[in-house]
Amino acid sequence: MAASTHGVIATFNTASDIYHAAEKVRDAGFTNWDCITPCPVHGLDSAMGVTRSKVPRFSLAGGVIGFCTGMSMIFFTGAVDYPLIVGGKPFFSPMFAFPVAYELTILFTAFATIGGMFFLNGLPMHYHPVLKTDHIHAGLDDKFLIVIESSDPNYDTAKSLLEAAGGTEITEIES
Amino acid sequence: MSQADTTTVRPAILDEVKPTDFPRATLVENDRSFDWITDKICGIIEGKTPGWWWVCFALACFVATWTVGGITYLVATGVGVWGHANPVNWAWDIVNFVFWIGIGHAGTLISAILCLLRQKWRTSINRAAEAMTIFAVVCAGIFPVFHVGRVWFAWYLFPIPNSNYLWQNFRSPLEWDVFAVSTYGTVSVLFWYVGLIPDLAILRDRFYKAGNKFRSALYGFFAMGWRGANRHWSNYEMAYLILAGVSTPLVLSVHTIVSFDFAVSLLPGWHTTIFPPYFVAGAIFSGFGMVLTLMLPLRSIYKLEDLITQYHIDCMCKITLATGTIVGYAYGMEFFIAWYGSNPYEGFAFINRAFGHYAWAYWIMISCNVITPQFFWFKKVRENTAFVWILSIFVNVGMWFERFVIIVTSLARDFLPSSWGYYSPSIVEIFTFFGTFGVFSVLFLLFIRFLPIMPMAEIKAVTPQGDPHAGHDAH
Repeated sequence: MAASTHGVIATFNTASDIYHAAEKVRDAGFTNWDCITPCPVHGLDSAMGVTRSKVPRFSLAGGVIGFCTGMSMIFFTGAVDYPLIVGGKPFFSPMFAFPVAYELTILFTAFATIGGMFFLNGLPMHYHPVLKTDHIHAGLDDKFLIVIESSDPNYDTAKSLLEAAGGTEITEIES
Repeated sequence: MSQADTTTVRPAILDEVKPTDFPRATLVENDRSFDWITDKICGIIEGKTPGWWWVCFALACFVATWTVGGITYLVATGVGVWGHANPVNWAWDIVNFVFWIGIGHAGTLISAILCLLRQKWRTSINRAAEAMTIFAVVCAGIFPVFHVGRVWFAWYLFPIPNSNYLWQNFRSPLEWDVFAVSTYGTVSVLFWYVGLIPDLAILRDRFYKAGNKFRSALYGFFAMGWRGANRHWSNYEMAYLILAGVSTPLVLSVHTIVSFDFAVSLLPGWHTTIFPPYFVAGAIFSGFGMVLTLMLPLRSIYKLEDLITQYHIDCMCKITLATGTIVGYAYGMEFFIAWYGSNPYEGFAFINRAFGHYAWAYWIMISCNVITPQFFWFKKVRENTAFVWILSIFVNVGMWFERFVIIVTSLARDFLPSSWGYYSPSIVEIFTFFGTFGVFSVLFLLFIRFLPIMPMAEIKAVTPQGDPHAGHDAH
């Protein structure tokens, strides 16, 4: 069942304000909420209770796949599919295969990192209720916003909490 | 000494020596607000196209036609239209390739290595420097691709199954280079794009508010629906850090592998183990020269003195000085090893470089690369922006000559005097090379017109307003 409102949004003026407000929202036990900031705010992750990002797992997988791809490609082409003697050198050696495998490690890591970041963030998502609000423009310029979603079990207390935390322009977002 | 001693001694020592509290350099002058930063950088894109831009763009397009013309003539006629002849079969094309690739390296250094070293001054210049990297790689890529002669077979460089059932020779450094440069280009674009996402979202919203639906949709498409959520920033920051972490070994490996093209051969003057670090230092040196050449005019045209401060210029000049001096040391060390190694061919190659037919090129190289950066020792010089700009041009010229000296003098005098030669470029080569400056400028002008030239989010994060703990030391 879709809720008629996506949630409630509140504006804060400084990085310090949102930092302390985030701590209050976290301590009140909210789960489905987020801060919207014009730039990454140092320490806000712990103030929100956000755990360490899982992007490195994707990166590691990408790197391992990249290295194995490089090594096995050179092994297959040079030693299996068409062995050809060049300069009396072995058909395959990890030594001469290393530079290419190294570059492919980096290439695959980069793609996996970015793919993992998009996947974990649920992007691309060109339609989102938050993007429809007037707040978002200010939020990416110089304001700091907190959005508490209506799907949160404690949603009833959200408005009063945000007010108590010093939020202004508290409004509901249509879903 | 027991544990107790160290804890009691330390404060006493600190009282005695009174360590100086160095003030942190301000990265944004005049305490500018977030709003000012956004307006300033977006204003460049939203404003009317300035007259100078059209003049420069027309000029750049004209110069770029030289490359298009030169390449078209080459493809229509054959690679013989270049001045290559035995023994010099690598000449301006490879010189230009190494020159442009080297320029790109400063962009990656600024965006990746300085990110890992937490050098916050990188934020004002990293976007433009990364753009420079990508456009320099584009210019670099032109040369080896057309140097293969029959460019329609250039795809043979990649391991694509083909009807001849032949594969690439992965023992060759030239094949390593294919992977290094194509990975470098790809990862640079990815890194640049990830950095652009939050700024594209700002432009999306601003154009939407201004009623320009088309541009809003266009920027919005590439912004991927970014909404500045902190749960997103958390993953984004981690991804950015990892990209910086992999770009660092990448940038070092790319110029190392470029230097392998020479060092793995047996030619005197090329066959030296000093090449990888020497090439990497030279690449960073030339790249910073180009960053200064590009950023100083941008700074004065767009009045960005509050964002690119004297501190930024000082830092760039000092890196240029440091890497230029490393390059100078490498020149000296090459001579030392040539003498110390007692290899007569090696010894001859270096004496010939400095006093042979190409001595003019060698001394241009030495004056531009070793003497020019020494001016940066002086604060007065670093504060004179016009003079810094002129010196940066000398650095660019000098580094082009470095590659010319390494490649051409070594080939022109190899083992057998009967095969010695003297190389001069043909008119086609000259126009093709100078045209690449037009190609580069066209791309760079489009970049400064349509994309934010500075990462707004990153600059905001290093200002005092971006710090949640400013003014009190909780946490």
